[in-house]
Amino acid sequence: MTISTEANAPTTDTAPSIVRRVETPFRRIVSEFCESRTAVAGFIIFVTILGAAVFAPWISPTDPYDLQTVDILDNRMPPGAQSMTGVVYVLGTDGMGRDMLSAILYGVRISLFVGVVSGVIALLVGMVMGLLAAFYGGVVDTLIMRLVDLKLGFPSILIAMLLLAVLGKGVDKIILALVIVQWANYARVVRATALVERNKEYVEASRCLALSDTSVVFRHILPNCMPPLIVVGTVQVAYAIALEATLSFLGLGLPTTEPSLGLLIANGFEYLMSGKYWISIFPGVALMITIVSINLMGDRLRDVLNPRLQR
Amino acid sequence: MTIYIVRRLLQSVMVLFIITLLVFLSVNVIGNPVDILIDPECDQACRALAMHNFGLDRPIHEQYVVFVWNALHGDLGDSFISKVPAVTLILERLPASLELTVFALLLALIVGIPSGIWAGLKPDAASAKLIMGGSTMGFSVPGFWLALIMIIIFAVELGWLPSSGRGETVEALGIKFSFLTANGLYHLILPAFTLSLYHMALITRLVRAGVRETIFLDFIKFAHAKGLSRQRVLYIHLLKNILIPVVTVLGLEFGGLLAYAVVTETVFAWPGMGKLLLESINVLDRPVIVSYVMLIVVIFITINLVVDILYSLLDPRVRLPGASK
Repeated sequence: MTISTEANAPTTDTAPSIVRRVETPFRRIVSEFCESRTAVAGFIIFVTILGAAVFAPWISPTDPYDLQTVDILDNRMPPGAQSMTGVVYVLGTDGMGRDMLSAILYGVRISLFVGVVSGVIALLVGMVMGLLAAFYGGVVDTLIMRLVDLKLGFPSILIAMLLLAVLGKGVDKIILALVIVQWANYARVVRATALVERNKEYVEASRCLALSDTSVVFRHILPNCMPPLIVVGTVQVAYAIALEATLSFLGLGLPTTEPSLGLLIANGFEYLMSGKYWISIFPGVALMITIVSINLMGDRLRDVLNPRLQR
Repeated sequence: MTIYIVRRLLQSVMVLFIITLLVFLSVNVIGNPVDILIDPECDQACRALAMHNFGLDRPIHEQYVVFVWNALHGDLGDSFISKVPAVTLILERLPASLELTVFALLLALIVGIPSGIWAGLKPDAASAKLIMGGSTMGFSVPGFWLALIMIIIFAVELGWLPSSGRGETVEALGIKFSFLTANGLYHLILPAFTLSLYHMALITRLVRAGVRETIFLDFIKFAHAKGLSRQRVLYIHLLKNILIPVVTVLGLEFGGLLAYAVVTETVFAWPGMGKLLLESINVLDRPVIVSYVMLIVVIFITINLVVDILYSLLDPRVRLPGASK
């Protein structure tokens, strides 16, 4: 609401020749975010990785899962080696003769997909639960928050491991497990913010207008709970990607038909002792760069969106 | 205080009960263990006999009652694979895991607190920026991958440190410890460091934030004005106040370390209970999985209780709900 009024108002009093930059909350956040060079670097790296992940089938040198082009004789070739057909394996090949660079590009695709999708679903579930708890209070609140406490009392990796032991392998299963271990973090944050917002005048005003509960909660309270939610969201996506990699490394997450970065690293583990480092190391580097870039953005967003630090 | 402790204990028992129910139900969803245990050439009658022997032919609620009753007597069933009581199996592995976890925690404290104080006192120094950059990395590097890097550098390339097992152990009070021998200590370095890196970063950040917030407060100024030495102000007055959140986080994170040790133990072939858990998950050895979860839950609940009580002792401002006046 405030965004639209602020954006429209100044057009009436500005001279036509001067284009005045209007200070909207979104622009303020963007410009403050850009003040940190590391955060911008993180953003650029992340966008690059995201682009590489989305366009992996088109930009990767070979299709690592096309059995017709993969030659088992090319297995475990060091970085820079050339195959009989003239393909250069920039990052070497793995135990099956697949090009590591291509495998990594496809792996990032799966890792990011799992991390982002589980993060978004967990955000939605946690958001609704948190809002319900804050808005209705009483028994609903107690029930939801006890559940949150129960979840937060135990480490995510343990819960996820046991869930996957029960559920088995699969993309849908690991997403389900990651949602179950993440929603409580969102719910707690949303509830805390919504409890503060609930007692503000604008909520009272919208109630006086006889708006429905859903309208008050989703159109008026929710937008004001977004800043902390965004911060938690970035941290959680990075965490989800790392957790998925760890679980896949342990052989509990994804099936071998859908190798994420964690699974690629696990595949290289057996060759580690014989000095064939590249099979494990390069997927790990890709994983780390992804996580670091998200964390760098998250650190800056936390500062920018923190009302206590606002200038 | 007593009322509070009693209430917390009752709550803990409730949580334990809920967890037994959840664990029991979910574990029973995992495929039929009979398929794994009995050799495939077994006919229908011999299958039924085996099911009967494991108590798997009874209705599920009966199985649950039997399970709780036996659990209260410290019996969580025999491992399907090794036929040894699952609890014994877990407890045998417990010292190795605890050794690793406690060492990792100590390492995190020894490195984290001083570097956090340093980064907090001189936030603009290059060394402080290096420390903070390092802590961002510590947060971002997944533990299992870090473990691989450590193995490549220190075990494969340099050949300085061993990469698997516990090394020599010494028996003390009937428990085997490896940190008491030089060889065992050698084996402990890599796993403990890998496990602790995340928590090193966490403690560094907590302490730094604490220093930054506390150093400008009046009581610190007053302590300086009183003519106390810089060391005394720093290490007695300042540190005491910073350690409150550190103690809380440590208590909670100890359990996290124990759980995350599953990964570290697997990579470094450390014979702890986390490695046992993963092996058991792979062969669907239900009693061992359940015993592990039960043990971890009991440890967690105890830690949470202890932390809450410690917290109120460290910080007199904390008012416990239900505590007298």
